[in-house]
Amino acid sequence: MTNPLVCVKRVVDATSEVVLTEDAQGVDGRYAGFTTSAHEECAVELAVRIAADGGAATVVTLGDDDAVEQLRAALAVGCAAATHVVADPQAFGPADVAREIAAVVRDHEAAGTPHELVLLGNDAADTGDFQVGIRLAYELGWPVVNGVSTVSVADGEVTATGSGPDGHETFRLPLPAVVTVLEGGVEPRYPSVPGRMKAKKAPIEERRPTADPVGPSRVRLVLPPPSPSTVQVLGEGPASAPAVVDLFEQLGVLAR
Amino acid sequence: MADVPTTAGVVVIGAGIVGNSLVHHLTRLGWTDVVQIDKGALPNPGGSTGHASNFIFTVDHSREITDLTLDSVAQYKEMGVFTQSGGFEIARTEERMEELRRRMSSAKAWGIESELVSPAFVKQKVPFIEEDQFIGAFWTPGVGVVDSLRAGTIMRERALATGELTVVPTVEVTGLDTEEGPHGRRRITRVRTSGGDIEAKVVVIAAGVWSPKLGDMAGISIPLTPAVHQMISVGPCPQLTETEGEISFPIVRDMDTFCYERQHGADMEVGSYAHRAILHEPEDIPSIEQAKLSPTEMPFTSDDFDPQLEQAYELMPELLGAEGAEMRYAINGLLSLTCDGNPILGESEVAGLWTASAVWIKEGPGVGRAVAEWMTDGHSEIDLHHSDIARFHEHQKRREHTRLRTTESFIKTYGIVHPGEQYESDRDQRLSPMHDSQAKLGAVFFETAGWERPFWYETNASLLEAYGDAVMPREHEWDSRWWSPIINAEHLRMREAAAVIDLSAFCIFDIEGPEALDVVQKTCVAQCDVAVGKVVYTPVLDAKGGFRSDLTVMRLGDEHYRVVTGGAHGMADRAWFSGHLPETGSTTLTDLTDDVSTIGIWGPRARDIVSSLTSDDVSDAGFGFLSCREIELAGTSVLASRISYVGELGWELYVPMEHAAGLWEALLEAGAPHGAVPAGIGVYGTTGRIEKGYRAYGAELDSERTIVEAGMQRPKVKAAHFVGKEAYLAQRETAPSTVLCTLTVDDHTSASGARRYMLGGEPILTRDGGTLTDGHGRHPYVTSAGSAPSLGKHVLLAYLPPDQAVIGNQLAVSYMEELYPVTVGSVDATPLLDPTNERIR
Amino acid sequence: MIVVLVEVTPTGEVVETSREAMTFARDLAAAGGGVPIDAVVVGHPDDALVGTLASYGARRVHALTGAAYDSFSGAAWAAGLMAVRERAGAVVVTAAGTSRGNEVLAHVAARSALPMAANVVSFSSLSPFTVTRQVVGGAALEEMSLSQRPAIFTLAGHAVEAAPAATAGAGELVVETPDVADADLLARVISTEEPEPDLSGNLKSARVVVGAGRGAGSAEGFDDLLELAELLDASLGVSRVVTSLGWRPHHEQVGQTGSRISPDLYIPCGISGAIQHWAGCSSAKTILAINTDPDAPMVTKATHAVIGDLHEIIPAVNAEIRRRRA
Repeated sequence: MTNPLVCVKRVVDATSEVVLTEDAQGVDGRYAGFTTSAHEECAVELAVRIAADGGAATVVTLGDDDAVEQLRAALAVGCAAATHVVADPQAFGPADVAREIAAVVRDHEAAGTPHELVLLGNDAADTGDFQVGIRLAYELGWPVVNGVSTVSVADGEVTATGSGPDGHETFRLPLPAVVTVLEGGVEPRYPSVPGRMKAKKAPIEERRPTADPVGPSRVRLVLPPPSPSTVQVLGEGPASAPAVVDLFEQLGVLAR
Repeated sequence: MADVPTTAGVVVIGAGIVGNSLVHHLTRLGWTDVVQIDKGALPNPGGSTGHASNFIFTVDHSREITDLTLDSVAQYKEMGVFTQSGGFEIARTEERMEELRRRMSSAKAWGIESELVSPAFVKQKVPFIEEDQFIGAFWTPGVGVVDSLRAGTIMRERALATGELTVVPTVEVTGLDTEEGPHGRRRITRVRTSGGDIEAKVVVIAAGVWSPKLGDMAGISIPLTPAVHQMISVGPCPQLTETEGEISFPIVRDMDTFCYERQHGADMEVGSYAHRAILHEPEDIPSIEQAKLSPTEMPFTSDDFDPQLEQAYELMPELLGAEGAEMRYAINGLLSLTCDGNPILGESEVAGLWTASAVWIKEGPGVGRAVAEWMTDGHSEIDLHHSDIARFHEHQKRREHTRLRTTESFIKTYGIVHPGEQYESDRDQRLSPMHDSQAKLGAVFFETAGWERPFWYETNASLLEAYGDAVMPREHEWDSRWWSPIINAEHLRMREAAAVIDLSAFCIFDIEGPEALDVVQKTCVAQCDVAVGKVVYTPVLDAKGGFRSDLTVMRLGDEHYRVVTGGAHGMADRAWFSGHLPETGSTTLTDLTDDVSTIGIWGPRARDIVSSLTSDDVSDAGFGFLSCREIELAGTSVLASRISYVGELGWELYVPMEHAAGLWEALLEAGAPHGAVPAGIGVYGTTGRIEKGYRAYGAELDSERTIVEAGMQRPKVKAAHFVGKEAYLAQRETAPSTVLCTLTVDDHTSASGARRYMLGGEPILTRDGGTLTDGHGRHPYVTSAGSAPSLGKHVLLAYLPPDQAVIGNQLAVSYMEELYPVTVGSVDATPLLDPTNERIR
Repeated sequence: MIVVLVEVTPTGEVVETSREAMTFARDLAAAGGGVPIDAVVVGHPDDALVGTLASYGARRVHALTGAAYDSFSGAAWAAGLMAVRERAGAVVVTAAGTSRGNEVLAHVAARSALPMAANVVSFSSLSPFTVTRQVVGGAALEEMSLSQRPAIFTLAGHAVEAAPAATAGAGELVVETPDVADADLLARVISTEEPEPDLSGNLKSARVVVGAGRGAGSAEGFDDLLELAELLDASLGVSRVVTSLGWRPHHEQVGQTGSRISPDLYIPCGISGAIQHWAGCSSAKTILAINTDPDAPMVTKATHAVIGDLHEIIPAVNAEIRRRRA
């Protein structure tokens, strides 16, 4: 029976042109909307699968009031409980977030529901700090595996695999542990209607940060200058094949 | 891809369902050098068409919308992109069942096959529905889904095949240039785009939710607001995966929860109109680059949808809760809403600049055809006056008005809307000078064109006792909603003594100049070359001989006419007359609506009351019927016009706004000893009018009806030319296809024993419920219904097939799915009350 | 002093992004008045490797050796790196923004209780030390202050062009055998599966590269693309998501965490063109993008484009090539 804790973050769904907030401290999600990043969706999926051994997955986030949407999204796909550290995420740096998650782990343990495994995304889709999971591991004094795409638990050990520079790597280590996840190993499920309805009603543990944040050392965000498009559209669909091959001939790459 | 041409015969902005339909029908009708641009890419440029749920329910209470929908269905079918699925509108409550019965009336009136069915019937066709969640349903077998993107492509390709269309996608409009034309009316000259400028004298804005932004570029108001419609897709559902094609099960509209469930392949789409109105400003719609999906597919706000999810689940738990069925797609889709729910079509105040906006998939191709016809011929086959952009008054052009009204009406998308229902928001826009006095009299105000008009006065409740059952009380809540027996009491007092009626909402404009006579002769059917001081009531026709309006014209001088018309349609009338002013600019149109108030006084004692306030001669000899002149009344100079819309002796008194309140008080005070009371529009617009069989534009009269059909032809046709004359002359030579008749209800008793009163829109059938069809293929329906207290009858007006238009003919009216016997009382304009018009003398 | 963690390929070469990190460190050192640069590698380097690092300006090359370094552990690498840094009193610790680089430096930052900046592209001031780094997948940039010492950051792949120093460093090899606690070895690689043989050996030097992204649809969706590559004698390059999803091996990846290519013609098919990918292909002379979305960044940045589904277009192109050759 495993009771993983999985950490998610409400991020702007920045698959399109990015718009900054007026104070240039964050990304404006007005048009794009908000989401849980692909890495974290996979982490949630892995947590739900791991907890299927009779345990229960808990989802946690540090975010403003609206971040409850991301908690409910995780509840809708199978997390059993949720914890919301209500705080302005822009004011919290990676070390601050790691400290708050560690406090949640300790408090849950004290309350009789220990998490022997904490799953996170490899990096946040917005701030891209690549360090919350590792800092959390040091806060807890646990080992940490980074950037893996499959995670399974058996006999008090966690096995994780992922793609490394020299090939496909396997890690195996005793619990408790922290694991950060890259997308690709599992297909995250979408919520079902009953799941969503259950999530809507699930109670969410609300808590405040345990300390004032140190902050992210951010001066401001800027957008890279847009480059004007000079693209020449050769056509649409298969009918453009002759134009494509004309281009190949013109560039002299068709010779043989 | 094509470059932006430098000139065009017509530029169509937008490549959604409307723009595509327009280019097809314009080229079909012979337009050349047509240029279509869109800022998005084809075939889905990112507007509302791209995410539409694409299903079509054909029955609407509005004939105009129904006709556009039926024409659209025919076009979709011809293109092979229509899949018939059938559709249910289910009722969870008895109140909704009653609304479905009313829907049956509309279905029969518009000739659409429908029936009321049991939950078991629904279950048979939709096996995964929970029968015990609802009590009945409205079944329309002809409901279906369309591929609107494919239809758009087909229509665009047909237009391209004519060789007259150039399509330029991914080009954004940056400006619309205009120049000053005659009478200060601007005209369109140029479309500026990110790909270069196009010189064009005709431009159509068919840009959906972006239309207001484009309108602003030319300084015109296209008052629509982008609003969110939420939709989720759940699947794959095992019950659906086994079926072939896009849709095999009928669409279910769960009317009481404002939701629909529509199969889309293996998925079930659940849409909602139940959430709070989520409105956006056109400027706040993201660009194509900023948008995650498309600009009109905004991020889903799940909290708003959660209650609907539960209700949908209640209805289809096995399907929506099936193993493996997941919510894979969810959007806040943007669509266009307007303050009155109708599209925005036609030529704007900028000459040559047209719009076809706020149109849904179900009307798209029909709108494209109708607007193309309008652009080509000046009129369309389907009457579009409810959708005419010219209808908007100034206060309705404000964004705030649109926002407030659509916020209020959004929830009514699937709501039960009473025909008399009044808006609550953004009221008190136009108050007559008598408003305070009227409020003290307990006036119940209804809104017309922004004006607050007393419909009846609660202080007249004291009359109820005197008249007893003659006020024809209505016991059923629906029949008596937005109604009061006080209206009938006021009516009876008017016929007995006199009534004073506030008519400030009239739209009044003067035509002055050397060509004033030409202008009114050209626009009006009746002879307007009359002596100064004469009043003329006249139809106004379009070129094909359909009604544009009916109104009165007063000749105030050799070169000076005053036109008085109803407030609701006044802006369109003003635009019509403006459009017929000579180019020379020597003759002008001046709108006096805000400067002149109108007070009516009618009844057998009207002359006594008026003469007590004036030393002028107001005797029949001194002030004959259909004449007008300035008189001194209660110390104020007023233009008095002896005319009546209620069939009584009396006058319309045109008085400067600043003196209106004083005149109002003087008339009431002088009238009191004679028994006169203030009376509301309930009398003026319905009871007084219907007893006299007077026709109303928008009810009996519209562009699909002729003078002959309406029974309004005069013995002679004037020699002078007027718009529609040729058509009118031809109409006079042939037997009418349909005849406007007056009917009375013989027995009001329903099966439950309650007496029921029709409100309008109901189908007229044979006594035993058989369908009637006129020469246009239309089925008779009640165009106006109302009490005729002086006759003690409930009167209905309806166009009947000519062979049924026989006095004494016994027919039936279907109301809430019960038949009531009716008898034809008049087959022309002859009134049931006072047929020789003695009372008016 | 600046310490640079350098990654080495299995065949003993310095990976390109680490050479870029050395280059960036030199610029920073120059701005700071010519502070020395030490490279840290894991394992025993051969002379050629030491020579390369010297040519990039390394004063010393520290080699972390011992049983703790037989297989990868982020904590163990960090322990060794920190031992070097502490001894040398370095004011900057940096590495390439690869998965290894980001991970090891995050360990260093956590152990030192200091901030870390990932994926830096430039620095704007030394005092206070202010860097600009990629956020939101490269779609935005963050200016971040790193005022504490040592400053810890990774350099975004291909943010600078790798170039040897005008004057080579001394390149003194220092073999280290740091003490590594057992706890730091708990999370270590226990096995590595050999990758598929590298068919794109000439990816970096290929004249033509056929690219494939999420639009390929599945691992089975590459047949037509491979045929096109064969017809054009081209290499196949893929986006990060394709390797993440396991459709193609990692060594075929083009982008910030993969190879940087500079062919005469690059044909990205079904690749949206996020910054990570663009960083690896922006040097292509001609780019022909094939995409269903005409607004995809790859299309707007390309020189030529065809709009539509690659699974319809590529077979037609292949057929057209065969027809013309026939």
